[in-house]
Amino acid sequence: MRNVYVLGTGMIKFGRYPEKTVPELGAEAALVALRDAGITIKEVELFASGNLYQANAMIGQRILQQIGQTGIPVINVANACATGSTAFREAFMAVASGMYDVAMAVGVEQMGKQGLLGGAGGGSDPAYSTEGRIGSGLMPAVFGQAGMEHMRKYGTKLEHFAKISVKSHKHATRNPFSQYQNELSLEDVLNARMVAYPNTLYMCCPTGDGAAAAILVSEDKLKQLAGGRKRPRVAASVLTSDPYTERDLTLPDVNTLTRRAAQKAFEMAGVGPEDVSLTELHDCFATAELIHYENLGLCREGEAAKFIEEGGGVHPDLGGKCPVNVSGGLLSKGHPLGATGVANICEIVWHLTEDERAKQRQVPNAKVGMAHVIGLGSACTVHILTV
Amino acid sequence: MPEQQTPQAETGPRPILPILRLGPKPHLVGSKCGSCGAIFLDVRRVACSKCGAAGNLKEVELSDKGKVWVFSVIHQSFPGIKTPYVTAVVDLPEGVSVKSNLVDVDPEELEKNPQKAFGMPVELVVNQVATDRQGNPVMAFQFRPSKS
Repeated sequence: MRNVYVLGTGMIKFGRYPEKTVPELGAEAALVALRDAGITIKEVELFASGNLYQANAMIGQRILQQIGQTGIPVINVANACATGSTAFREAFMAVASGMYDVAMAVGVEQMGKQGLLGGAGGGSDPAYSTEGRIGSGLMPAVFGQAGMEHMRKYGTKLEHFAKISVKSHKHATRNPFSQYQNELSLEDVLNARMVAYPNTLYMCCPTGDGAAAAILVSEDKLKQLAGGRKRPRVAASVLTSDPYTERDLTLPDVNTLTRRAAQKAFEMAGVGPEDVSLTELHDCFATAELIHYENLGLCREGEAAKFIEEGGGVHPDLGGKCPVNVSGGLLSKGHPLGATGVANICEIVWHLTEDERAKQRQVPNAKVGMAHVIGLGSACTVHILTV
Repeated sequence: MPEQQTPQAETGPRPILPILRLGPKPHLVGSKCGSCGAIFLDVRRVACSKCGAAGNLKEVELSDKGKVWVFSVIHQSFPGIKTPYVTAVVDLPEGVSVKSNLVDVDPEELEKNPQKAFGMPVELVVNQVATDRQGNPVMAFQFRPSKS
């Protein structure tokens, strides 16, 4: 396997773009990444497109129909919330295998205002709809209960989860790419209406539209094209699915596949959790972020509450350590499903390369960054980038 | 989404899912793997996802008593679903867990004192939740705090 580097990245501000189409949003991010890389679409040899809600609509080709139909292979990827990061991994594998020297991944999604209940339900006779009648299978219930498991095992309090939301919203005030950039107090978060206990409204990520892109190259191409610019290496790219565990089919087990992915990623990169300068993890809900502190090895099993109390996850500028989701995370930045996985890699790259786009929130001396995404159903990716 | 019940000719109560058997003693059924013993809440299954053994699954009756593993109080749901209500994961003694509404409890009380619900002994109840297009009552399995 060859070394693979991220030569260029692009992202549009997450938000709502009802006047634009999905291919247009994807094309915008792709053009930014090409400009950042200093190449044109003619140099790109493989294109991986991640989009979930229009997975049958050939979004990848339609992006190229906007920015350059060069006839290259296009892969359209759908993998729940891990759609974008799986597309990134496809591009990584294309270059790592030696088959291509320049590959591009774009993640894009347009969700509008359908909210957390979108996409569920259906069936021919609604009398047989199970939702709300034999429990809830919607995301707020799944991640509410994932937090409740932690509460049950370790006595974690509602305030611990709420503090994560306060932290991420504060981080987002320094990220112009974030859908929301509002600071919230602990009272704001706790007093917001409850969605699914223990997650209140501000402990649930918003839905919206967005796009992000990355260009991956081989070492030879990097030497040709980087012109001395610092570019991170993709030191690990791991994808797992949910292994059999006792309750997985009743309550999706988001822990085991994340732990496996993180462990494999650390082995592949030859680093440990203590070496990680910053992490972007999948905080679709505040409860998810807390349990992933442990799943990703940022703290020990059962010690997430202590980690939070000691300033864990908070940007060093704000007096914290082991920064997590300095972008504002999904809770503030937003979670346009297909775009999310590529966008969090953009964030990591910007810190590792001291890019202008993360100037206001630069993690000092960043050398190793970890990006984690989970898609329910389930798929988990962990990427580790190093400079 | 789970499979729907196939409409039948005669009228009468219908289970919301095929794993619920109505009658004088309503109960849930599962598929048990003859090779490794894993149980799945499923009546049609081609193989075991724990050990991979194919064609070695048989239907088993499940206990009507269990214990709450975790729960959440749902405040926002589909139109027609009354909120707040409690969704819970219940562990059955056979080693399989089932998800449903926890009824006859005070959702607010459980939010104030969540530890009270963890491990709570519960029992199966069958409640009508809808009427289908043919006019048949649709029956759902739910759980309530154990009375015995």
